[in-house]
Amino acid sequence: MTHAPAAHRAPARRPATTAPSRRTRETPPGHPRRLRPLLFCAPFVVLFVAMYIAPILYAAYSSLFTIRRSGLGLTAPTEVFAPLDNYTRALHDGSFTASLGRVALFGVVQVPLMLGLALALALLIDSKSARGRGFFRLTSFVPYAIPGVSAALVWSFMYSSTSSPLNRLLEPLAVTVPFFDQDVVLWSVANIVTWSWAGYNMIIIYAALQSIPAEVLEAARMDGASALRIAWSVKIPAVRGALVLTTVFSIIGSAQLYNEPAVLQPVSGGSISSAFTPLMSAQNAVADGNYPYAAAQSVLLAVAVGMVSLIFFKLTRRGDHA
Amino acid sequence: MTTVIPAPAARIRPRRETSPASRLTVLALLGLSAFYFLFPLWWLLVAATKPFGEQFGGSGLWFDGFGLFDNIARLSSQDDGIFWRWMLNSVLYCGVGALIGTTLSALTGYALAKYDFPGRGMLFSLVLAAVLVPKVLFTLPLYLMFSGVHLIDNPLAVLLPSVVSPFGVYLARVFAEQSVPDEVLEAGRLDGAGEFRVFRTIAVRMMLPALVTIFLFQFVEIWNNYLLPAMVLGDDRLQPVTVGLVAWNASHVAVPPPLVVIGSLVSVAPLLIAFLALQRFWRAGMTAGAVK
Repeated sequence: MTHAPAAHRAPARRPATTAPSRRTRETPPGHPRRLRPLLFCAPFVVLFVAMYIAPILYAAYSSLFTIRRSGLGLTAPTEVFAPLDNYTRALHDGSFTASLGRVALFGVVQVPLMLGLALALALLIDSKSARGRGFFRLTSFVPYAIPGVSAALVWSFMYSSTSSPLNRLLEPLAVTVPFFDQDVVLWSVANIVTWSWAGYNMIIIYAALQSIPAEVLEAARMDGASALRIAWSVKIPAVRGALVLTTVFSIIGSAQLYNEPAVLQPVSGGSISSAFTPLMSAQNAVADGNYPYAAAQSVLLAVAVGMVSLIFFKLTRRGDHA
Repeated sequence: MTTVIPAPAARIRPRRETSPASRLTVLALLGLSAFYFLFPLWWLLVAATKPFGEQFGGSGLWFDGFGLFDNIARLSSQDDGIFWRWMLNSVLYCGVGALIGTTLSALTGYALAKYDFPGRGMLFSLVLAAVLVPKVLFTLPLYLMFSGVHLIDNPLAVLLPSVVSPFGVYLARVFAEQSVPDEVLEAGRLDGAGEFRVFRTIAVRMMLPALVTIFLFQFVEIWNNYLLPAMVLGDDRLQPVTVGLVAWNASHVAVPPPLVVIGSLVSVAPLLIAFLALQRFWRAGMTAGAVK
């Protein structure tokens, strides 16, 4: 899964000097100089429209049709304009709604765990007692360099029901983890996602920690606050912004869960169904040749993701102003 | 504050404020996390160097016999050496896609940062919104659209969506704002250089480290995108290495599982090396604007 890196929080500001200095050059509208920037942007804009906006519109449009097959299957199926059919069908499709519920549960549990881990690591590495900061920062960040699919492949070996190296490590404790059990497999997937992304989130939180002014920490120390107390009352509030940001991206990431379960599916012995996540479910519809239905599922998922992130941003915006 | 400072340690100031117990606790916790993050990769390295067929035996913690070269030879001969074809495909898709994508991002980001033009605000809002929506969500619609225009099984179906990177545009805009002073551009213009020339000779040079960062992010993003090539490229001679390896893994025993282990190591190693060598560019991209 691809989490967009966390940069767009910077306020959209630009140096106040930019615009006026150029305006004084008195470039009339329609002059080549005024049009040049449009040329700079044109290739990107054209491709952006073609690869982002057009497919969504195309999917939204094609989701309005339903494939009708004649009773005997003797004639070719026809597409009939029936704008709500696919949507009502999707909302009543048990495996699709179950997949939505599954990623929601995944997000509610995995995101706080992963970010808790990331925060704890960032605080530990930032603490005065830490040694080998560079090394530990790097080790937690290394999984980020491994493509999601490769990470899932490696972990599928870790989970193997016959030769799991992890279970072999646990042997002295007489513990065997059934990674592919029906009740466990979602958390096996969660572990892969956590492994891949905890370090990435840690770096973002760590960068925020680094920007706390030294005087603030020094003052807290002078007041006799312990390291734990400083972490809790000074550092964590100071990185609130970074935490919100990483939360939003992780939630969005959960909704598009695909690579990890898709890679584990063939070796899971059936505990990962072919419609385990919404994207897998939509892909199923493609495999069945029912493109309009796949389109409707994609649109529903996109709307759900859009709403969740919008709500989150609205909530946190309000917090920022307070 | 309580421990006595040994005189020569004055330079390493923080030491005096921590007790050995707290240092040990922190070290133990961090050590545990390092084990978690490194173990799967360590296992992969160890397993791939074991003699063929013994990949899944033993504890996996330490080397046991040496068969790496033999393993790579077997990997290379499986299915007429298709593995290297996949690697080449991956490098081509990612290299070409990232190169074109970085160029487009640089042009657009620079224009957004340095010019005032109609539609500028709207374009930037669109870019930001697109950064928020994960690319994978566009994959199915893209597939439906490409099958509508018969672009399936065509490398363009992977390349065209890959070169559009809203995040790259965002980064380019931030970096252009930070690293290209208006005065320098103005001086170039006074010397009679056209706008494009100013961009090419002055701005690009000043943004170069930033462009490396954008290139890296795009390269990895394309490499990571599994669903799109898996859907639009049915012909296995066109597939990138991630798609190929997953297919091998799913083939159960048709392809010996040890080959998947070795292939995983070989496909991940160049990325890891590039990642370690180019660390500072990574961090530049991740923290750009995040700490504000």
